[in-house]
Amino acid sequence: MAKVVVVTSGKGGVGKTTTAAAFAAGLALRGHKTVVIDFDVGLRNLDLVMGCERRVVFDFINVINGDAKLNQALIRDKRNDNLYIFPTSQTRDKEALRRDGVERVLRELDEDFDYVVCDSPAGIEHGAITALYFADSAIIVTNPEVSSVRDSDRIIGILASKSRRAERNQEPVSIQLLLTRYAPERVNKGEMLTVEDVKEILSIPLLGVIPESESVLRASNTGTPVVFDEESPAGRAYVDAVARFLGEQRELRFVKPERKNLFRFIFGKA
Amino acid sequence: MRRLLELLFPPKSASASIARERLKIVLAHERASRDGPDFLPVLEKELLAVVRRYIEVRPDMIRVSLDKSGETSLLEINVEIDGATVKPDNALTHPPPGSRPGQALRGGSPLSRIAGEGAEHSEAGEGSTSAPIPL
Repeated sequence: MAKVVVVTSGKGGVGKTTTAAAFAAGLALRGHKTVVIDFDVGLRNLDLVMGCERRVVFDFINVINGDAKLNQALIRDKRNDNLYIFPTSQTRDKEALRRDGVERVLRELDEDFDYVVCDSPAGIEHGAITALYFADSAIIVTNPEVSSVRDSDRIIGILASKSRRAERNQEPVSIQLLLTRYAPERVNKGEMLTVEDVKEILSIPLLGVIPESESVLRASNTGTPVVFDEESPAGRAYVDAVARFLGEQRELRFVKPERKNLFRFIFGKA
Repeated sequence: MRRLLELLFPPKSASASIARERLKIVLAHERASRDGPDFLPVLEKELLAVVRRYIEVRPDMIRVSLDKSGETSLLEINVEIDGATVKPDNALTHPPPGSRPGQALRGGSPLSRIAGEGAEHSEAGEGSTSAPIPL
């Protein structure tokens, strides 16, 4: 039985695709067979972030329409055998993402995978609703910034009313907060909402805090999910978040400002 | 010590606390309307239309809320009419079917009582332009 995890936020540009890529890779590194699906029809980007853009032949919409078989469209990651990427189409026809078709594909993936990670598009339109509809768990990617927090609250409300679990009166979708682009120095100066602020305002459990980090841009530049960068604070924070998702206790890291270090100052940041 | 430091070098901006308070207020409002029944926005619009027949009010001057505590639900309708003006012409030319506009202004409910006070103000200001109310 595959568990369906949606990575969503309402607001764009907060790190959904980065998170979906890192999270799926993190689950795969822990030995779980995982597929990450791009639901952002028309604005395909997961392939680039995962570094497999030149291997895309068939896509999600081709499979939904019956023009290709699932195993023709799935791309196996070259770094980890447990990890598969399911790219989306560049079509401008957003309605191509039919709910019954998505359901059929998910049922087919269910047999072979432990986790299906759905990378949601921004907004609260058809694509975002379809991405969250089948979810068992949701990761709410939020920046410590007013518009992102408000949009997260909106998407939490939608999960509670429009998801399949809500419609069927089943156990509600498990919703967890992932705070990204966190800058402890700015929090200390009173310039940025704290982890506690966001947690309290949204009143959902915290899955992790990802610090603002140069390594995230480096990872997307090279098409490597950031968890594969073992030196990177963001990568290690994602590894922690995956562990917590799997039920382990991990203390929060990278939420306090780094001590000024002369060595670091001279030789630059790792 | 820290206080002394803050006194000497006041922190440039504590904007995060402003963000926190603004978010709490806006989200409390949005959650209330999200969890409420679907008819509430329509009810608000229709009530506003009725009130507008008698007094000029802006959309932000009317608040409709539904509070639930235990087994009782309370539908609360607040119309802020401070600064609103009475529209004597409209009140008379388009009376709602079967109603007597004069009574609405002089009635006993809190809403219309306040409306009555507002009416006195503007009648005094407009003087002879206000038409007599047929009873």
